[in-house]
Amino acid sequence: MGVPDMKVSRRAVLSTGGALVVSFALAPSLAGAAARSAGRAAERSLPGSLGSTPMLDAWLRIDAGGITVFTGKAELGQGIKTALIQVAAEELAVQPQAITLVTADTARTPDEGYTAGSLSMEDSGTAIMNAAAQAREIMMRLASERLRQPRGELTAAQGAVIAPGGRRIAYADLLSARTLHVRAEPRAPLGNPAHRRVMGRSWPRVDIPAKVFGERAFVQDLRLADMVHARVVRPPSYGARLRSVETAPILRLPGVLSVVRNGSYLAVVARREYQAIVAMEALSGAASWEETASLPHQSRLFADLLAWPSRDVPVGRRGRPPSLRRSHAATMLEAEYRRGYLMHGSIGPSCAVALFDHGVLTVWTQTQGVYPLRSALAGLIGLPESRVRCIQVEGAGCYGHNGADDAAADAALIAKQVPGRPVRVQWMRADEHKWEPYGPVMLARVRGALDAAGHIAWWQYQVWSNTHSTRPGGARELMPAWYLERPLSPPAPSPLPLPAGGGDRNALPLYRIPSLRVDYRFVPKMPLRVSALRSLGAHFNVFAIESFMDELARAGKFDPVEFRLRHLDDPRALAVIRTVAERFGWRAYRRLAGCGKGFAFARYKNLAAYLAIAVEVSVDRGEPMPRVLRVVAAVDSGEAVNPDGIRNQIEGGIIQAFSWTLLESVKFDRTRITSRDWASYPILRFSAVPRSVEVVVLNRPGQPFLGTGEAAQGPAAGALANALADAAGLRLQDLPLSGDRIKGAMGS
Amino acid sequence: MIRLIVNGRPVEVDDEPSTPLLYVLRDTLELNGAKFGCGLGQCGACTVLVEGAAVFSCVVPVGDLAGQRITTVEGLGTRERPGALQQAFIEEQAAQCGYCTAGMIMRAQALLERNASPTDEEIRAALEPNLCRCGTHLRIVRAVRRAAEARQRAVASGVSSLGRAG
Repeated sequence: MGVPDMKVSRRAVLSTGGALVVSFALAPSLAGAAARSAGRAAERSLPGSLGSTPMLDAWLRIDAGGITVFTGKAELGQGIKTALIQVAAEELAVQPQAITLVTADTARTPDEGYTAGSLSMEDSGTAIMNAAAQAREIMMRLASERLRQPRGELTAAQGAVIAPGGRRIAYADLLSARTLHVRAEPRAPLGNPAHRRVMGRSWPRVDIPAKVFGERAFVQDLRLADMVHARVVRPPSYGARLRSVETAPILRLPGVLSVVRNGSYLAVVARREYQAIVAMEALSGAASWEETASLPHQSRLFADLLAWPSRDVPVGRRGRPPSLRRSHAATMLEAEYRRGYLMHGSIGPSCAVALFDHGVLTVWTQTQGVYPLRSALAGLIGLPESRVRCIQVEGAGCYGHNGADDAAADAALIAKQVPGRPVRVQWMRADEHKWEPYGPVMLARVRGALDAAGHIAWWQYQVWSNTHSTRPGGARELMPAWYLERPLSPPAPSPLPLPAGGGDRNALPLYRIPSLRVDYRFVPKMPLRVSALRSLGAHFNVFAIESFMDELARAGKFDPVEFRLRHLDDPRALAVIRTVAERFGWRAYRRLAGCGKGFAFARYKNLAAYLAIAVEVSVDRGEPMPRVLRVVAAVDSGEAVNPDGIRNQIEGGIIQAFSWTLLESVKFDRTRITSRDWASYPILRFSAVPRSVEVVVLNRPGQPFLGTGEAAQGPAAGALANALADAAGLRLQDLPLSGDRIKGAMGS
Repeated sequence: MIRLIVNGRPVEVDDEPSTPLLYVLRDTLELNGAKFGCGLGQCGACTVLVEGAAVFSCVVPVGDLAGQRITTVEGLGTRERPGALQQAFIEEQAAQCGYCTAGMIMRAQALLERNASPTDEEIRAALEPNLCRCGTHLRIVRAVRRAAEARQRAVASGVSSLGRAG
């Protein structure tokens, strides 16, 4: 029924008649319930998401119809489908084409929470790899009995177990429906990393062909029978209340089926999409709103951020307090760095389709988390969770918590008013720009000192920011719920826990520093709606840390790469840095007039992928934008399942981070967000992207997956700022970097 | 009724003449390629060809297009017979989320129809109206260059491979 993976979805939806069928495999059997409590301690040690979903048949099923693998993670354009298929194919000893993958669907797949935090390979990849290896081993043992051959003499290949002499039994013939309904073991007989067939190869992405041939690829492309189109009239500003609206003339417009009004929540439903848009514009014109000036002065934002009440979260303490050491310091520096609000800025505004039929709500959504969304929608609509099904279908790239969940809430609220008919809602461009939750404002103060030998003797870092996640949760986090007649209000924000952290993500430098103090000044007040943006606080914290590292290196007259190397011990960190320095030609670099080079390094979350990057820029006198000439990066994400997929993510992360860092900051007046389109919130276009980006993947076969998607954001920002400082002799501490100060730089 | 020629096929549509072409393509003709991105002609996700020229279909009223030839990405080829750009985008893996992809391909198609062997600078300049948020720009430029080269080889060997319609 119009989910992109047509074969699977059609079968799935037809076989369930659109109703809810929760797979038995998702919950352990009753007989297993007793074993579960006994085995709970053991489950904590199960690899990846097997810890929360331990039954093998929740992850894969093998029958005459083929091999089906289930993941609770969502394809967001990051290529996760292809990588997970490769992992399963590797351990099941089949070709990737033999595998059908089902992604996040509350009726069919495991609950893996959100597809976020660069955790999909670590969570789902690890689970599928282990589940597939255990399933293979079960089939080998069964085949050994059937063929009366020692297990050690059998091999698995092409979907069958093969005995010496060529006798074979197909996987499907070895298994009955419940053979794989067994609990995973903590240790699986994983394949030998030295003999990979499918992992480690750049398998072409399975989702790309549909996108280049104009097939149904996105939730925006769903066309269900009897589907109608809705548009929401969003309030003009946060907290605005609908004073009055005359709906009668709207109902007479062509194609209009109904107007939905619930408090300050206003929407229109029409037969065709453009009729809905025309009616939405008319309805918007007919509405009168009461607004409040609740936003800070943009020009005083950072002073306000420092003045607002904050709660201290200690991030790192090491050695004796700096004050005792200060007198020994040969050189002391301090700096302050600032970043405004950043947009996710999906090219496709958020969209969802919902059907409310016979008391059951089905929502096709581009959410990053079908299970959390199901819980939130159940609360919003007043249904038990068992009567809500959320099916993830790709949307435009989201890069974090954007309008996707809110659009699903819109579709659900409106579908409830037109039961029996699927309702498609897509936001308008201004809706997305004005109402998505932004990456929060941030400010950091750093002080550091070098000792006489040129080592960093102490380091103090404080970062002020809001929470970096307001994801649902429950119905209260869904923005449309704030405007209902009986409005819900969002819960009080809280900081995300360390070690991954939120505003303090990557606030702790990985460098060897004997005396250190790092604090997060968590600011609960958030006049602009904020939430998770790709890499959370890491983009800004790494920008600040890596800028300051260059300042210290310069003060100590060290080469920036040498300076970093002398403060690191981890061999994998050293490897990415040395690889980049070599490929870039760091040492031999000859600076032309107006040009400069910059370097940066971080390990994402201080526990995931390692990434180093070198950037060359040129600055033209009188031009507000530098030109990025050349970029070289190296990444170690642990075992690389799809090296080109990793390169694609890192290239994209670098270019996106350059856009954030050079150009972006959400604009607002005291009442309204004024960044409402791509003219008032420009992002990088073709003319400004780097001339070249080279990404080296350091593959570590056999090592745990470390994730990739967010690793580049911070280092790219830091290296760009450092290259600008080198090219223009200008240390910029405020983002975005482009603008009048660069224009006036000497470019010497 | 408004008559159009869409991907080489004559069609009649009953949309209001003021309806932007995008909604006629997506909603009435059920084509997926052209995407709604901004409705303002700022992002290029909706790009299609009208008489061979790239236009923002989100801002062109269908009433202005009577009798004209319109090409969407669906008109360039199929999985069995991919157009040169479609093939090149797959070979270069020139997509992440892919929402901008069809618009990029159509903008590039217009370029290749007027300039068979563009330089990288010319490709970048031609694609300037189209936004990509995933940062796939360099792969897109490579894909366009690859398609141009493939097309030149095809012309040299007497086979047309730029795409079937348009």
